[in-house]
Amino acid sequence: MSAGTASAINADELARGHWRERAQFIGLSLPATLLILIVVFLPLFWLSSLSFLDRVGELSSENYQRLTGDLYVEAFVVTFQISASVTALCVLLGYPLAYWLSRKPQQTANLLMICVLLPFWTAVLVRTYAWLVLLQRNGLINNTLLSLGVIDAPLQLAHNLTASIIGMVHIMLPFLVLPLYATMKSIDSDLVRASVGLGSSPTEAFWRIFVPMSLPGLFAGVVLVFIMSLGFYVTPALLGGGRIQMLAQRIESTITIFSNWGAASALGVALLVMALALVALLHRVFGLDKLFVR
Amino acid sequence: MANQYLPGASPWTQRLLAIYGALVLFFLMLPTVIVIPMSFSDSQYLEFPPTSWSLRWYREYFGSSAWMSATWTSLLVAVLTTLMATPLGTLAAYGMHCTSDRVRNALQILVLMPVVVPSILVAVGVFHLYAIVDINYSITGLVLAHTALALPFVIITVLSSLNNYDMTQEIAARSMGASRPKAFLSITLPQIRFSVLTGAFLAFITSLDEVVVAKFISGGENATITRRMFNALRDQIDPTIAAISTCLIVVSTLALAAVQIFGARGKEST
Amino acid sequence: MDAAGASSQSLPITVRNLVKTYGDLRVLDDVSIAIRPGEFMTLLGPSGSGKTTLLMALAGFVSPESGSIRFGEQEMITTSPHKRGVGMVFQNYALFPFMSVAENVAYPLKIRGVSPAEQKSRAEAALEMVKLGGYGGRRINQLSGGQKQRVALARAMVFEPRIILMDEPLSALDKKLREQMQIELKQLHQKLDATIVYVTHDQREALTMSDRIAVINRGRIAQLDEPKALYRRPNSLFVADFIGETVLLPVQREGDGVSLQGRKLKLSTPTPPGNGPLQLVIRPELLQLEVGDNGDTNTIAGVVRQTVYQGDSVLLIIDAGDGHEVSVRIATSRAGQASIPDSSSQIALGLHRDDTVVLAEQKS
Repeated sequence: MSAGTASAINADELARGHWRERAQFIGLSLPATLLILIVVFLPLFWLSSLSFLDRVGELSSENYQRLTGDLYVEAFVVTFQISASVTALCVLLGYPLAYWLSRKPQQTANLLMICVLLPFWTAVLVRTYAWLVLLQRNGLINNTLLSLGVIDAPLQLAHNLTASIIGMVHIMLPFLVLPLYATMKSIDSDLVRASVGLGSSPTEAFWRIFVPMSLPGLFAGVVLVFIMSLGFYVTPALLGGGRIQMLAQRIESTITIFSNWGAASALGVALLVMALALVALLHRVFGLDKLFVR
Repeated sequence: MANQYLPGASPWTQRLLAIYGALVLFFLMLPTVIVIPMSFSDSQYLEFPPTSWSLRWYREYFGSSAWMSATWTSLLVAVLTTLMATPLGTLAAYGMHCTSDRVRNALQILVLMPVVVPSILVAVGVFHLYAIVDINYSITGLVLAHTALALPFVIITVLSSLNNYDMTQEIAARSMGASRPKAFLSITLPQIRFSVLTGAFLAFITSLDEVVVAKFISGGENATITRRMFNALRDQIDPTIAAISTCLIVVSTLALAAVQIFGARGKEST
Repeated sequence: MDAAGASSQSLPITVRNLVKTYGDLRVLDDVSIAIRPGEFMTLLGPSGSGKTTLLMALAGFVSPESGSIRFGEQEMITTSPHKRGVGMVFQNYALFPFMSVAENVAYPLKIRGVSPAEQKSRAEAALEMVKLGGYGGRRINQLSGGQKQRVALARAMVFEPRIILMDEPLSALDKKLREQMQIELKQLHQKLDATIVYVTHDQREALTMSDRIAVINRGRIAQLDEPKALYRRPNSLFVADFIGETVLLPVQREGDGVSLQGRKLKLSTPTPPGNGPLQLVIRPELLQLEVGDNGDTNTIAGVVRQTVYQGDSVLLIIDAGDGHEVSVRIATSRAGQASIPDSSSQIALGLHRDDTVVLAEQKS
């Protein structure tokens, strides 16, 4: 039974056919892949290479050195601070919500979920505008507080850091609640009940049994929210009154106001690297290909 | 027993949790809901609750050639994006489904990039790229960019549905004389059509709501509604925006409803 | 379905040196087989043996590394599946759920551009052949498992293919239905003018239906023979063990023969050569309860350990020494009643020399 070339009949033709078929499948994905490569990868590539050139067009690390300047360091610090605050607030608000929803019967939960999905589906601009309406000097919140006599003069609630954070939390919250809810749904209440039955206090049972099991979903949501907050543009730009300069806003103003593409590209690369690193972390822990399987 | 959120905890704790949850839901819904009555307020100034009602701002919106032109641009781009992203994405998903694991994994990462990369970077980069080929401020440019941003959603949706689909049917069809394309079109596509439709809606909404890239590459005659809104919000608060926002909310709700319906049907039929 | 239409002479299938590898694993290891036209050939083997891979290679859905597959005179190995003109039936039926029964069955005709009127009549005729006449309008989800399988069959036959491939089509059905379908399939085969290649892991099914059986193990054909020959004269312990109920007793070499329990065995076939250990293959139903005087019978001595009443028969479990057990079944007929031995009694079983098979243990 030798498998020498004498008995390898038709091997060449078969191999050719095999490769042809593989090429055909890749070919089906080609238009989509090509478009993404051109629209997303190419510009990023260009941006990255630009960051290594100085104003004259020669290779230098001048742009990155400039990043150590106060203006830019502030942007990094602010971005991290805000992203961290937004993430923390989302967890504070989102974890109990997700928990509550996950313990409800499916029908009720589905109905209540609409309250999470509807804002999720509404355009970011619309929601940001709505917050302006709410937080304005003569917006809903101020008017209500005034008419209730809680305050004498309207508070400055909009066009500042607070407003930006509130707005961002509102946008990001569904991104935390949805994966967390999905994970929590799969945790059986009986486990906690059993623990209570065995003598632990409800709080203890919750912290020692439920919370650890919910951590994967929580982690996914936290990283997702954090990544998105890092690069977020719209809401802080509108609700921050121009005073909030996270990385995204800083990049925009560096280009549109100062035409300093060099600095902007360096900032951009820094932002990109951070985002990709976090995504890699997420993939490492979860395997992002799970996203493709239901 | 029915409302035992925290097994063993006191009824007060249970109620507290319910109240907290309800408050968070209220926080989530409030802004979306508030815009709607605002749009019917007669007042020039943002006041809530409105003292008098009228359709004034809708008249402003539909009567303004600038706003209408922007609306038209946005809708056109969204429709074209959907028409481009849906077939490209569906074919890509099919190709990825049938290919080897290694290639599929690599493609999955590539396809996720538009979602993962901060949109400001895409916007800036695309702006520069388009400047070279001079398609900034054009419909073509917008459609190409939005399609790239929408593709991940189409691909993820369709690919996930293909994973639940019994490919043996396609093999059976091929054994009976149908070529691969024919088998796909006559047997597979009818059965995954709900997920394809869901992907189409996702593409539509992604394009319609897209702000950052549009801010950079749309303009002049081809400004999108999001770009105009963004600029308007930066400058001064125009109540017309409440009317526009309400219209957008209606569109989003319809799209969400469609996705829920088609998404559910999709799971039933596989 | 008769030969009045296009000539539908069944085709022989010639497979030569087929090799298929998945990574390091040789799923098909230089397989060659010649299937006669109009034959019902079964590929029988345990799971993972490569039988389904071989079938899929015939259909064109598995592309081998090398080899040749001919239908009649025509080389098919690089032909796309949809051009091979082969009908296929699958284990999970693979019916199209969004089409009616008639639409399912007519699909191959539709693809071939047959007129709707002709589609309808031929589909109906195919359904009649599988005893589902009149079921055309039903939806797939209204059918039982057995009915679904018949529809799948009708669909595979309707375009009068010369070759039909079946991949464990009956394994999802319950026992009674399966046995019924086996007989129906055999009858259908006689009416059809097609070569059928059938894959199964159920040896009883294979014995029932096939003209010839190819026993496959680890990507190679262990034995290719008619059912009777396979059963009576297995060429290896693998085949002997796989087909039918078998009891194996180790025997010792003695001169150029073998001996069991100290007695030299009378054989009808030569002893396997070499020095390796040998086993006696016993089909329990061939054991005689008494040795008799005729010199052609071997004796196997033992002690009755247990008698198990099983309604229509009594099972005797006999200790043949060294912990080897042999079981013999005695029908509880009026005549048989008297001869049922008691537990712990000595017994001598007889095995005719023509029924005695001695095989060497394989080195895998």
